[in-house]
Amino acid sequence: MTRKQKRLAIIGGLSAVVLTAVVFIAIAMRGTASFFVVPSEIKSQNIAVDQAVRLGGIVKSDSWEQDGTSHNFLVTDCQVDIAVHFSGIVPDLFREGQEVIVEGAMTNGGLFEATNVLAKHDENYVPKEMVDKFEEQGLCPGHTDQASG
Amino acid sequence: MLSIELGHFALVLAFALAIVQVGVAIYAWQRPNEGGYSFVQQASGLQFLLVLLSFAALVVAFVTSDFSLKLAYEHSHSLQPTLYKFTSVWGNHEGSMLLWVLILTLFGAAVAVGGSNLPKATLNLVLGSQGFLVFAFIGFTIFTSNPFERLPEMPLEGRDLNPILQDIGLAIHPPLLYLGYVGFSVCFSFAIAALISGKIDAAWARWVRPWTMLSWIFLTLGIAMGSYWAYYELGWGGWWFWDPVENASFMPWLTGTALLHSALVMEKRGALKIWTVLLAIITFSLSLLGTFLVRSGILTSVHSFATDPSRGLVILGMLTFFICGAFILFAWRAPALKAGGLFAPISREAALVFNNLFLATATIAVLVGTLYPLALDAFTGIKISVGAPFFDLTFGALMVPLLLVLPFGPFLPWKRASIAQASKRLFGAIVLSFVLTIILVAYLWDGFSLTPLGMLLGFWVIIGSLADLAERAKLFKVAPSVSLRRLAGLPKNAWSTSFAHIGMGLTVLGVVLVSAYETETITTMQPGEQIETYGYSVRFVEEVDLAGPNFTSETVTFAVAPLGKREDMVSSEKRTYPARQMPTTEAGIKTFGLSQVYISIGDRVGENGRVVRIWTKPWILLIWLGCLVMAAAGTYSLTDRKYRIAAPNLVQKQSVGAAK
Repeated sequence: MTRKQKRLAIIGGLSAVVLTAVVFIAIAMRGTASFFVVPSEIKSQNIAVDQAVRLGGIVKSDSWEQDGTSHNFLVTDCQVDIAVHFSGIVPDLFREGQEVIVEGAMTNGGLFEATNVLAKHDENYVPKEMVDKFEEQGLCPGHTDQASG
Repeated sequence: MLSIELGHFALVLAFALAIVQVGVAIYAWQRPNEGGYSFVQQASGLQFLLVLLSFAALVVAFVTSDFSLKLAYEHSHSLQPTLYKFTSVWGNHEGSMLLWVLILTLFGAAVAVGGSNLPKATLNLVLGSQGFLVFAFIGFTIFTSNPFERLPEMPLEGRDLNPILQDIGLAIHPPLLYLGYVGFSVCFSFAIAALISGKIDAAWARWVRPWTMLSWIFLTLGIAMGSYWAYYELGWGGWWFWDPVENASFMPWLTGTALLHSALVMEKRGALKIWTVLLAIITFSLSLLGTFLVRSGILTSVHSFATDPSRGLVILGMLTFFICGAFILFAWRAPALKAGGLFAPISREAALVFNNLFLATATIAVLVGTLYPLALDAFTGIKISVGAPFFDLTFGALMVPLLLVLPFGPFLPWKRASIAQASKRLFGAIVLSFVLTIILVAYLWDGFSLTPLGMLLGFWVIIGSLADLAERAKLFKVAPSVSLRRLAGLPKNAWSTSFAHIGMGLTVLGVVLVSAYETETITTMQPGEQIETYGYSVRFVEEVDLAGPNFTSETVTFAVAPLGKREDMVSSEKRTYPARQMPTTEAGIKTFGLSQVYISIGDRVGENGRVVRIWTKPWILLIWLGCLVMAAAGTYSLTDRKYRIAAPNLVQKQSVGAAK
């Protein structure tokens, strides 16, 4: 092989490795990414049982029941309420009437079993993906008023 | 009071100086002249002093609680301890940009001072490029994020720093991380200089390597510190979340690590020139991308302060300009660079190419996982989240071959090598790694998993790297005293290579062990109650209310002990910061050897009880210990004399002397 052929062979080999990896990355992405939904989309998009999603909404006022480490509350977008169950400790800034994102999946009984609850960690912080969706779909106009009231 | 205006003025002066510096550098590039060169060099130093003055003005305003400064009002409080008043300076968007700029000018000044042995024309181009970065980033700071804005009326009290940031971590993590990020700007500027001048050789690699190493050390420490801070402060017990902001700091680390290795090939063998220049550009581009992701507000995380979207657009514009500009320059000039020496498919060079290949691919995986959700949202409005499962799978899979091959590298000679020969010399290390893994797996057995593979990789990297030292010392082949003498006489880079790799192995081992064997218990406890959990006993001693300087705290004291051992006390708190009406959780962490017990308290149950969350974290300290070892090894290699004497310059100086 000439010098040039050798170089081409090496570059070809390296590219093959990178390409294989990229295909692998794409497959992994399909298998592991989870969608962000609001409560009404859980109903309208027929989210399958056990499919991992991130559910964003507002913790409905007077819906939070706590028994030791077990939490039951409703996440709402002012149109649909989804009942959520979570075992563990909720974040410091988890409050009724405030934005929350829960990670988990729907169960057969229509209950959302959360594996993780995310609340904001700064009073200026609002989950951006959620605000976008709420504005797009005209959900809960002025929901912060509801929180204070 | 006047100092704020003084600081503002100094920053504007530095901005103006940067414009002039770039102009003079371009002029001196076209018409080489001593006057131009020395102006460009001195401008870098002066810029640093001006920004330092400006930064000092901001510090004074914060420390003296001058709330007529809008920034101090919004992010500080007169009751904060002085340390936090000081760190509040960069606990916000504007101040952290000024810190970024300060460090950028610090590196410019360091190159100007330390680079006096570089050829003048090269130094001129490097500093010109740095000056352009300074111009862009001071401009961004002044026009979109001015930290020196005043309030018309001085409020009596500030609004306090976000309580999560009121921690010693804020004093350490951002400065270290920025030193790492911004340090790569020097490599970037060297790459730009090489592309413009078309001159690139082994000497270039020798100039760039110490700067790469220095930045890499800071970035390693910055990431490790950030990880440990998140671990103890956020109260979730996690040490790495694959959060986009973490990824943003991790990507330059990956490519920076690749750059360290490829620059080695270039320095020793003159090969991989084009790739190394490209890596230098990519690494700093990723640093800029990180700054963009964190500062633009397109991500929401603990790092993103409330920002206005116009800033994001400006940063995006700057990012596009620098990255595209550099790549266009690269595409235009790189073909002119002469290709270097050839090497066989099995050789030290090839092993380092393998390292680069996998580090670069791993970077692609992290980049895709970080940016794809943003791009998908921007173009289709579909919101997805890519989290730990994706990164564990892809990044984890890519690390396996990298770590498997790693110990072979130092055993392969340059140009042409034989795997059989290297394997023969590594045979003992291979056997020992398997034996250790089998013993540990048998001892900790809890069913089939990939954990043994991870352990094997960790042991293999550590033992294989030690084997390199043993081989060089001819351990067990000659008298022990001779071996010792040989060890003492080893070059510094042999030690630093070996220990950097050992550090990597320690981190891998820590990650594997804690991921596989950590436990979590959530329960309710009453005062006096004792529970046993995974080899530890935890007793709820008492709960008291305490008052801190700017917070109140409900503190629960626990007595923790490995079963049958003496108890130690540890406190876990729930704090409330009245200025922001914000609660935080302070975890109680007790260290036993390299393992930790981590306790967070939740809500009250009944009269005096609490929800309690207890994690056991076996061997978790190995993760950060490994990073410290890597950083220490890098620091040791920097003390090597050869980086302080640039050989080509001696020749140049002599010729200058001869001309006289």
